[in-house]
Amino acid sequence: MQFFTGYPQNYSAPSGHYAQVPSKAIPSQVDNQYGAGYYSTGYSVPAQNVLTPSVGSNLLNAQGSQQSYNKVPPHPVESAEGLGQGAVSSTSYLHTNIPQSYSAFGSHYSTSVSSSVASQGFPLNTGHYAMPVVSSVAYPSLSYPSMATASPYGQVFTSQSLPAIGQFKETNPFSGQSTVVSHSLQQVPMGYNSTSWSTSDVQSAQDSLSRNHTGSLAKASNQTSTVGGVDSSHFVSQNVRFIKSGVGSSVSSAVTSSVRTPVDHSAEPGPVPSVSKPSESLLQEGMQYGGYVNNQASSAPAPLSSSSGDEEEDEEDEEAAIDSSSTTSSASPVPNNYDALEGGGFPEKRSITSSPAPAPSVPPTSKTSKPFGYGYPTLQPGYQNSAPPTSAMQPTNPGHHSGFQQYSQQYCGMNQLSSSLGGLNLHSQQPESLRPVNLTQDRNILPITPVPAPVPNLNSDLRKLNCSPDSFRCTLTNIPQTQALLNKAKLPLGLLLHPFRDLTQLPVITSSTIVRCRSCRTYINPFVSFIDQRRWKCNLCYRVNDVPEEFMYNPLTRSYGEPHKRPEVQNSTVEFIASSDYMLRPPQPAVYLFVLDVSHNAVEAGYLTVVCQSLLENLDKLPGDSRTRIGFITFDSTVQFYNLQEGLSQPQMLIVSDIDDVFLPTPDSLLVNLHESKEGVQHLGPATDFYKKLALDCSGQQTAVDLFLLSSQYADLSSLACMSKYSAGCIYYYPSFHRSYNPAQAEKLQKDLKRYLTRKIGFEAVMRIRCTKGLSIHTFHGNFFVRSTDLLSLANVNPDAGFAVQMSIEESLTDTSLVCFQTALLYTSSKGERRIRVHTLCLPVVSSLADVYAGADVQAVVCLLANMAVDRSVSSSLSDARDALVNAVVDSLSAYMSTVSNLQQSTLIAPNSLKLFPLYVLALLKQKAFRTGTSTRLDDRVYAMCQMKSQPLIHLMKMIHPNLYRIDRLTDEGAIHVNDRVVPQPPLQKLSAEKLTREGVFLMDCGSIFYIWIGKSCDNNFIKDVLGYPNYAAIPQKLTQLPELDTLSSERTRSFISWLKDSRPLNPVLQVIKDESPAKTDFFQHLIEDRTEAAFSYYEYLLQIQQQTCK
Amino acid sequence: MHIYMHTRMHVYTFTHASMCKIIAFDELKTDYKNPIDQCNTLNPLVLPEYLIHAFFCVMFLCAAEWLTLGLNMPLLAYHIWRYMSRPVMSGPGLYDPTTIMNADILAYCQKEGWCKLAFYLLSFFYYLYGMIYVLVSS
Repeated sequence: MQFFTGYPQNYSAPSGHYAQVPSKAIPSQVDNQYGAGYYSTGYSVPAQNVLTPSVGSNLLNAQGSQQSYNKVPPHPVESAEGLGQGAVSSTSYLHTNIPQSYSAFGSHYSTSVSSSVASQGFPLNTGHYAMPVVSSVAYPSLSYPSMATASPYGQVFTSQSLPAIGQFKETNPFSGQSTVVSHSLQQVPMGYNSTSWSTSDVQSAQDSLSRNHTGSLAKASNQTSTVGGVDSSHFVSQNVRFIKSGVGSSVSSAVTSSVRTPVDHSAEPGPVPSVSKPSESLLQEGMQYGGYVNNQASSAPAPLSSSSGDEEEDEEDEEAAIDSSSTTSSASPVPNNYDALEGGGFPEKRSITSSPAPAPSVPPTSKTSKPFGYGYPTLQPGYQNSAPPTSAMQPTNPGHHSGFQQYSQQYCGMNQLSSSLGGLNLHSQQPESLRPVNLTQDRNILPITPVPAPVPNLNSDLRKLNCSPDSFRCTLTNIPQTQALLNKAKLPLGLLLHPFRDLTQLPVITSSTIVRCRSCRTYINPFVSFIDQRRWKCNLCYRVNDVPEEFMYNPLTRSYGEPHKRPEVQNSTVEFIASSDYMLRPPQPAVYLFVLDVSHNAVEAGYLTVVCQSLLENLDKLPGDSRTRIGFITFDSTVQFYNLQEGLSQPQMLIVSDIDDVFLPTPDSLLVNLHESKEGVQHLGPATDFYKKLALDCSGQQTAVDLFLLSSQYADLSSLACMSKYSAGCIYYYPSFHRSYNPAQAEKLQKDLKRYLTRKIGFEAVMRIRCTKGLSIHTFHGNFFVRSTDLLSLANVNPDAGFAVQMSIEESLTDTSLVCFQTALLYTSSKGERRIRVHTLCLPVVSSLADVYAGADVQAVVCLLANMAVDRSVSSSLSDARDALVNAVVDSLSAYMSTVSNLQQSTLIAPNSLKLFPLYVLALLKQKAFRTGTSTRLDDRVYAMCQMKSQPLIHLMKMIHPNLYRIDRLTDEGAIHVNDRVVPQPPLQKLSAEKLTREGVFLMDCGSIFYIWIGKSCDNNFIKDVLGYPNYAAIPQKLTQLPELDTLSSERTRSFISWLKDSRPLNPVLQVIKDESPAKTDFFQHLIEDRTEAAFSYYEYLLQIQQQTCK
Repeated sequence: MHIYMHTRMHVYTFTHASMCKIIAFDELKTDYKNPIDQCNTLNPLVLPEYLIHAFFCVMFLCAAEWLTLGLNMPLLAYHIWRYMSRPVMSGPGLYDPTTIMNADILAYCQKEGWCKLAFYLLSFFYYLYGMIYVLVSS
């Protein structure tokens, strides 16, 4: 059940809006304070991060993985029965386009059922299943509010003011100098008009959260009794039966063997509202809804090859048709004709009422600081140069600590001065991003606001037109001219894409003629050049094309002869309504098929209740039109189909007990496969290609498999993930899911399901990435199937999918000053329209190494490196991947230092654009996916790797480097106003225990989880006002909710948290951690700047890098 | 010796096979074919080629053609290594449609095709020479 989440419609789902305000702002330069506490970083973290050797599933050692295998099948060779019992409650969601035309969904099963197979007794409970036919749901009745004017985010942020800095200062005990204030915190609202920022939903996530939660709990408790005893342990989390179901579902059309239940029920076609009751009875029967298939039936059962091959051709072949067709094009005025088409209106819900005037934009260099003395950081006395590494290795040594404190205060001042001087002196000559930053000296390199994407160095016109960095980002915003130059820079060149992002403002163009280059098929975009009125020159292949007649008329201005004013040429992100030339077959209706695991353990975990409830709640909001179909398959040791035909009052259950005939290889053989391939030491890659083949079959049938894995035991995610990976589905993993024992996970599943069911979705998609001649695509990362060198085949595309692309420079780009990248995503919307979403990014070409560094986008670089490292660890080994990551830092920094000749070679200098590079890579090394030394479950690791591959950049960055805020002193200073709510903006803190004080309360935003750490001597007022408990001791160990209290600080905290939550598609879990609770290791392991037993602290790591660069 | 004649014929077919392979990868690169189809056609050919080659190595061993055997050993070793390090797949074959489009792997496969073509061509003439030599000397 998906609805369009993209455009915060009147649906009340707090869905995907990336209210990532701050990256519009230029980085403030607070980074130059040399706090004394450098050596105090150690804190007591090592003690907290004690390894628990008993867990022992260390990835690196083969034995560990072996062990985890052994857990899997206690009774491995038992037949399907046995497997069915050991169930993981895993649900798979399949969005399929099974090429079969069934006039109604119900007939789907009845036809497939005609032949004979061992018919199992039909349990009487079939009588309860009164699932109405979904096609009767009238989706169009939803009304979409008209579009809101885009709210430029620049405004959002503007009320940041100096007092906020003061506050920041307070939290930093060591930077005692008042000059700090002069460091400019002002956000200069950059020119991006915020086309890209999605509006966030109004709904207070908090409210709905708590309500839903309690609701579900209540329900859950009701259900428990019917389901039976709740067992805490789930054994054998083998997911084989799930696979069964998955396959069975996608192939069910081909399966002629099943049984039609002769049970007759009086006809009672139910409209949607009535759904609720019948499927509640479903619940009580203990059925499980596992996945759903989004089935787009086609009239001809196209074989795999043809269906996949032709899709592309239709994108390619329409050329002739385009030229011949000459209907008048009517490009819609940018904002308006949107909602009617796609069902995504732009609600006016979010009204940003912040102070309209941007703060006076002070230039980023802090000119106000008093200029005395030292010109450059490197001139300073030996603070870090002379400090021998040995002493630095003992960060907890109090003597050192205090000893350095006074120095550092001094340096603090000096460095501010010097940096400001450096800024003054050098700013005129070299861009800010090239300002050298001495990493070992610079303590506070982390800016207090989230890091913005660098702006390409283009002229202002092009800059205005360029694609938003949220959809399309390049690791190097200055493209090197030659591959040799790129090699010298030692930085990866690549793109990070978020093509199907939820957008608030998207020009939709209804035109019979989609103007494209005749030779390279590039869509016309803002960066083409018009030679004269009638001709335009392609910016990718430089071919001169004719401007078609209807393109001369501009429907926006109703004027003739201004082709350069048309919306296609004015916006770098546009969406075309494709003509029939772009279709191989008529757009297919959306079909959702849920495949649910109903085996004993799965039922016990209690996920059914959650799933069914979410389904019921969101049934109306499933994206689709009147043709949308829905179906269910459940499985344990048998596969049960449900006949939901219109004429039947209640769904019929059809049971196929002979699983072997349902197409699949028997589960036994699967298990055998697993055992045989267990030899691989790391086993980060798949153990069998069964799932891969399944995925390719599904992809060919335009079916995506989305996997919801809820398992407490090892489930071999690395093999299972293939299924979703190559069919462009998505993977959700809830380790140790249990409804009553792990309510946080249950709540998360519920929220995720809601988002999942209601978000926008595109079917039968292909994505092509084109780039200027001379550049070529090297490798893709993400969930898809690569069909050709630049074409990705995506059975489904969802707004939360991100992609990464590695590029190489094949020919020198000397004869051009700009390069362009264009992604075209051709998809069928859930309303059955064929659409093309086009993003175009334009970047300058540079010839000097310094410029390449100046344009480096550190976040994009890190995300691309993470993707590459995942590949490396699968193909080679984890330690190889870790080495490669460290080497990437070492190589690029030493390459940079060799270009900057006037610096001392013994220091570690990074350009300002890359100053966070070592920090982020260290964070990556300590991330679940790549960490060593800390015991990590294999499934967790693999899941983290899958996330890295498929998450868009903004979400991935939070996974890698969480944001830490201090929330016990939230003030309204610098707050932004969203939906009439004041959202405080506390400054970001370094991820170091040094920043934690016993008096404070800290919030860590890790993307999928929020930790709130409460210090021991935290102010009782805060505990009373925000948490609702009288004192620190009264706070329970497991707290996952903040109560709604009618106090100012509670309101501030909640609005801040819900603002953070609104910025991401998946609902994060909130976890309150007391200082002495055992869960605090979870929190402390994210403090990546600190030392753990297994890994370096940030400073030690810098020293290590420094050693290697000096080699 | 008949062995040279036989090997010559087979090497001739090998030459053809590797030419086809090169063409196939080129088709992939230029977007003519679907990687799934292409891999499905290529994969069944891999194992027979390797097996025939191994068989002839054994024949050379039996015939005590040490020089020829020595020339073929590197290729045999390469074949064994290549098949051992193939991607995880249930059927026979080397090529995985999901990874074949990776630029590195595609380039590698193409290079491999060219090298083998050259090797087979050279060995074809060598076997021709060997056959004539044996015919003349006997």
